[in-house]
Amino acid sequence: MGFIHKHEKLERNSVLLLICIILVVLVGGIVEIIPLFRKETVIEPVEGVRPYTPLELAGYNIYIREGCYVCHSQQIRYLRDEVTRYGHYSLAAESMYDHPFQWGSKRTGPDLARVGGKYSDAWHTAHMKHPQDVVPESIMPSYSFLAKNAAKVNDLDKHLKTLRLVGVPYTDEQVENAVNDAKVQAVGPDVADTDGLIERYGEKVNARDFDGNPNLVSEMDALIAYLQVLGTMVDFESAKDVEDGAQ
Amino acid sequence: MSDEQRKKEIDEVTGVETTGHEWDGLKELNNPAPRWWLWVFYICIIWSIGYWVVYPSWPTLSGNTAGRFGWSSAQKLKEEQAKIADRQKVYLDRFEKASFDEIMNDEELYAFAMAGGAAAFKDNCATCHGSGGSGAKGYPNLNDDDWLWGGSIEDIYQTIMYGIRSGHDEERVSAMPAFGKDELLTRDEIAAVTNYVMSLSGEAEDEAGLGQGRTIFQDNCASCHGENGQGGRDFGAPNLSDDIWLYGGDRETIYETVYNARAGVMPTWEARLDNNTIRQLAVYVHQLGGGEEETVNVEQQQPDAGTDGVDTNAEPVEQPVDAIPGAADVIDAVNDSIQETQE
Ligand code: HEC
Ligand code: HEC
Ligand code: HEC
Repeated sequence: MGFIHKHEKLERNSVLLLICIILVVLVGGIVEIIPLFRKETVIEPVEGVRPYTPLELAGYNIYIREGCYVCHSQQIRYLRDEVTRYGHYSLAAESMYDHPFQWGSKRTGPDLARVGGKYSDAWHTAHMKHPQDVVPESIMPSYSFLAKNAAKVNDLDKHLKTLRLVGVPYTDEQVENAVNDAKVQAVGPDVADTDGLIERYGEKVNARDFDGNPNLVSEMDALIAYLQVLGTMVDFESAKDVEDGAQ
Repeated sequence: MSDEQRKKEIDEVTGVETTGHEWDGLKELNNPAPRWWLWVFYICIIWSIGYWVVYPSWPTLSGNTAGRFGWSSAQKLKEEQAKIADRQKVYLDRFEKASFDEIMNDEELYAFAMAGGAAAFKDNCATCHGSGGSGAKGYPNLNDDDWLWGGSIEDIYQTIMYGIRSGHDEERVSAMPAFGKDELLTRDEIAAVTNYVMSLSGEAEDEAGLGQGRTIFQDNCASCHGENGQGGRDFGAPNLSDDIWLYGGDRETIYETVYNARAGVMPTWEARLDNNTIRQLAVYVHQLGGGEEETVNVEQQQPDAGTDGVDTNAEPVEQPVDAIPGAADVIDAVNDSIQETQE
């Protein structure tokens, strides 16, 4: 009986129990926390990943607010069928500027990690307004109100600043121009001067009227700007070298 | 309190020792965890040690331990992909080199293309074109023999590869002017031409303004849609004389189309799908229903379309062009868009 009954000592001595609990939690904590300090060792050094533009960031915030992650993952696993369906498996580098990351844990709908460029803006707008209009069997809820709500862009500089605190490399210039960049990206080069935006975020940045309503920078604009950039940043040619080098 | 000090109390009904705790007369039996359960627990702990040794596990300063046999999920994926590629090799090797003609005349290759095409269509195309390719408003039906840009396998291949107004350098592109929004035509003129367009498919109720509508059509629309509204594949301009509509053939929708214009976007699949899959898709879509034998000669379809634009087209002009307000602007706009198309 001896060994089996040893736990009674713990259960009857609260200080001893507390010390042992702390020890166990410490081990668990150390195992989970220490690697975070060395996360550069697991993020692949690939090219192309940039911080979100302010408009995309506003879309990312809406994505979280609306709980899209409850039904959608953003993580293509190393499985043949997933890679065939969604494209190249997700790299850690692709979510390194997401705070918090949107890997998700449940797929009621498809994975969205590489949805950028897969559909037209018009499709996304129609789909978000009433998914059943384009996919009759869809069980995704309607988000038509996003087209009517003005996107909150006036505080985006503060969002950028805050993210900078946790390590997203936004420059001073990017922070200063955040509000304007968001507005410019949502109307596009036909209406506004996008040179600054492109200079700050790169050639590939999508700047246009995403939701087909030029009179309003809506939450729909922001969300679609975010969806259209998902999975499009990494230069997979350079990623290939990284992988082959690692093997 | 130690074991010895505790007064043992045996529960009468079960004959099991109690823990001595009591709540309102209820006592807890001191049953030990079943031995077999404990042993499974211990074995799991020992098993996990084996796991650490064999698989990548512990974080280290420079990454993580690699595991005894160098296993990695990326490597595993590569092996799995290689296995499938190996199984498909018999077909893939021939498929890759075969022309579309050869594929269509080879039972095996054809079946291979159809199977792959059907799967890829479900994953990538059905959300816009419908699960059977039957289309929706703004998204063309791929089952019929009415083609915007061309229905030969080569045409379809090109459409899928580069997309339509997709932003790709080789995209298919054209822009119908927004006649109302950009004030190229007045509302009355748009109403008249709408009525005329409806008459092309025998739908017009109002015979009165047809002459005016026809003139406006010849001056502003025929360069893309053809003199008789039969469509022009150079510009992806739909046939307006049949009862197949991309956006809708009722008065309101046509008016809206002419007022605001439309510019349907089909994404490019070049970066997303490999060339073999796109070829499979081209065969699949071609076989859905209305595939055509060869690239139809656009010249035949569209007698006078070209850089010279509207003027040469507008043959039966009943009214001098400059008598229509804004007509000159329209011609410029159309010419511009045509030039854009051809650049
Ligand atoms: C109740 C679960 C649910 C929620 C919540 C949900 N979706 Fe969906 N979503 C689905 C399902 C199911 C589909 C597949 C059918 C379809 O295309 O509509 C889908 C499809 C999609 C697609 C198309 C993906 C593809 O590759 O075909 C996008 C994009 C999308 N959702 C975005 C969103 C966004 C953005 C939100 C949050 C505003 C959201 N979804 C919230 C269930 C959901
Ligand atoms: C975002 C929605 C969307 C997706 C996804 C999509 N298409 Fe399309 N497709 C369109 C639209 C819109 C058009 C018509 C463009 C226009 O107005 O000219 C079109 C046109 C076409 C045409 C030309 C039809 C004609 O009459 O000439 C073909 C062929 C085609 N699509 C095949 C495909 C295939 C194959 C896929 C899957 C790999 C696919 N499409 C995925 C939207 C889409
Ligand atoms: C520069 C070429 C061009 C000119 C000029 C032009 N169109 Fe179009 N039209 C198009 C194209 C391209 C489309 C298809 C748009 C799409 O696929 O999204 C189209 C679509 C349409 C449609 C929708 C057909 C359907 O199936 O729903 C109508 C109606 C139409 N045009 C009428 C007109 C009328 C009337 C005029 C003259 C006032 C005109 N168009 C002038 C290129 C042109």
